[in-house]
Amino acid sequence: MSATPVQTAAPRWLGLWPAAMLTLFFLVPFGIMLAVSVAHRDVSGFYEWSFEWDSYARFLSAFFGKVMAVSISVSLTAAAICVALAFPFTVFLSNMGHRAQTRILVVLLSALALSEVIIGFSLSTLLSQTAGIGNLFHWLGLIDEPRAYTPSLFALITGLCYIGFPFAVLVLYPPVSRLDPEIVEAARVMGASGPRAFFGVIVPNLRGAIVGAFILVFVFTLGSYLLPQLLGRSEHWTLSVHITDQAVYQSNLPFGAAMSVFLMLVALALVGLASLAGRERGAA
Amino acid sequence: MQRRQFLKASAATVAALSAPSILRAANSPLKVGTYGGYFQESFDQYIYPEFTAATGIEIESIAEPTGEAWLVQLAQAARAGQAPADVSMMAQLARIKGERSGLWAPLDEAALSNLGNLPDHFVHRYEDGKVYGTGAVSWYITLVTNTGAFVEAPTSWTALWDAANADKLGLMSMATNSFLLEITATTYFGGTDILKTDEGVLQVMDKLAEVKPNVRLWYRDEGQFQQALETGEIPMGQYYHDVTGLAASQGKPVRSSFPDEGAVLDSGSWVVSKASKAIEPAQEFINYMAQPEIQAKLSRFVGTAPTVSRELTDLTDEEFAAVSSDKTPILPFNEIYVDRGDWINQMWSEKITG
Repeated sequence: MSATPVQTAAPRWLGLWPAAMLTLFFLVPFGIMLAVSVAHRDVSGFYEWSFEWDSYARFLSAFFGKVMAVSISVSLTAAAICVALAFPFTVFLSNMGHRAQTRILVVLLSALALSEVIIGFSLSTLLSQTAGIGNLFHWLGLIDEPRAYTPSLFALITGLCYIGFPFAVLVLYPPVSRLDPEIVEAARVMGASGPRAFFGVIVPNLRGAIVGAFILVFVFTLGSYLLPQLLGRSEHWTLSVHITDQAVYQSNLPFGAAMSVFLMLVALALVGLASLAGRERGAA
Repeated sequence: MQRRQFLKASAATVAALSAPSILRAANSPLKVGTYGGYFQESFDQYIYPEFTAATGIEIESIAEPTGEAWLVQLAQAARAGQAPADVSMMAQLARIKGERSGLWAPLDEAALSNLGNLPDHFVHRYEDGKVYGTGAVSWYITLVTNTGAFVEAPTSWTALWDAANADKLGLMSMATNSFLLEITATTYFGGTDILKTDEGVLQVMDKLAEVKPNVRLWYRDEGQFQQALETGEIPMGQYYHDVTGLAASQGKPVRSSFPDEGAVLDSGSWVVSKASKAIEPAQEFINYMAQPEIQAKLSRFVGTAPTVSRELTDLTDEEFAAVSSDKTPILPFNEIYVDRGDWINQMWSEKITG
């Protein structure tokens, strides 16, 4: 019998849909941003279309190098902590009963509904001197005086992890729950200890998912501009905070756009490196 | 509504919607922008209803963002021939930038009979002498403290530099809204003249950089600082005299003090977008707001300092003291931010908040 012709439910042109959406919602705005980044800054007002590298040249300074380094290391740290917490969490979660899994996932999803503002203000209260956990520690006799834990790098990373954690779990959950339990059992039968089976079998099998979760949290926290202002000190202000300052408060859209282009290029480069590393070692 | 009225109304609506310019020109309300939040609520409550009663002009209240965001929005909209608000209250820096790019509609001086009530610096003119705006309200930025943490009110801006106040201050995050350069120059360099040169600005910044160990929060969001001040989390800083007074009157443990060197007197001005199609009602509004009675009312109910001279108003000593002070104020040196704004902001990021 010859092969029956493939029946497609949708017409061919629908295949162009993703391309059209990508163009409309990514390429066009990105093109506008590129165009604005080389526009001429008009100090007394707005900007004029032209082609000049001034905004890029201004960015290439030791100061913004430092800001970029802060942004990247803060996001890398948050991503590493999120994945380190989310991966064992997800493995345990997938071993639970079906009802428990559903409930926990619903709770995690509902945390996504909270805005950055609410999370930031809640954490700054929770970590404050007057109403925060410092009072609890003092009451328990752990510290001599109630103290504030915000603003600080610790508070900032905590806030970013709060936002990033549910995303990491949601990325890890499908592959982890599909992992064949027999692989682990085989390892245990061969005499591997629990931790050994975890690091020697489960982790390598899910390297792709782990890298994926890491990248997602990294990129997501890189764009955060409210939490660094609410929970960090001024030396922890990320590039996103400076972009907001330029675009919103100093009406310097060309410079804001140039900084955004830099931030995007660096993020893309890091994402590329990470996925390349994940793929090569996964294949080995 | 009766059927006939309904039909008439819908026919009119359809006609109007199909010709947007007519919709605007017909008796549409005058759109007036003020900073969202406290200012907007106060104007909605105390000013607009009586203006409408007095003139028959309806007002649609628009919430403006602070900073230069509103200037950018007005400029972009004006390019497309649109005016998100007809009249806007603008901070001085944004007003001057708008003047430089010709964004504000020139006004008819003959229609502004109350112009004489205002001092010259609150009558804004283009270089050719045409009036385009007036002082709307002024307000003080003072030294504020939590009364629980500071039993004695501080008397000088030097308290910001006091080593005893380590990690206790909340200051505004930008050169252009904190006016800390003017404060530092007045406190330590005998006035703001030193800011006329780049070397002077850097000298003042070096002095200001000494407060950094005392600063816990460089705030952009006023609500964040006000909350921290009220709870005593951040017990000292710079803030608005009017809002602090309001919080104190509601029983919050905060106070606002006019330092010996003077508090910063900042102001907002009324301007009209050149894209506005409601110039005449806009002028009527601006003229109405320049009356001494209205300025006194703003002082009583909104807590702003009058833009007309005090003698014209019927404010009592007590009422005047609540919103203002006879001490010489520190005036913002706006011109330096227009001409050297990018450089000052960059140095500010590197030396002060960086």
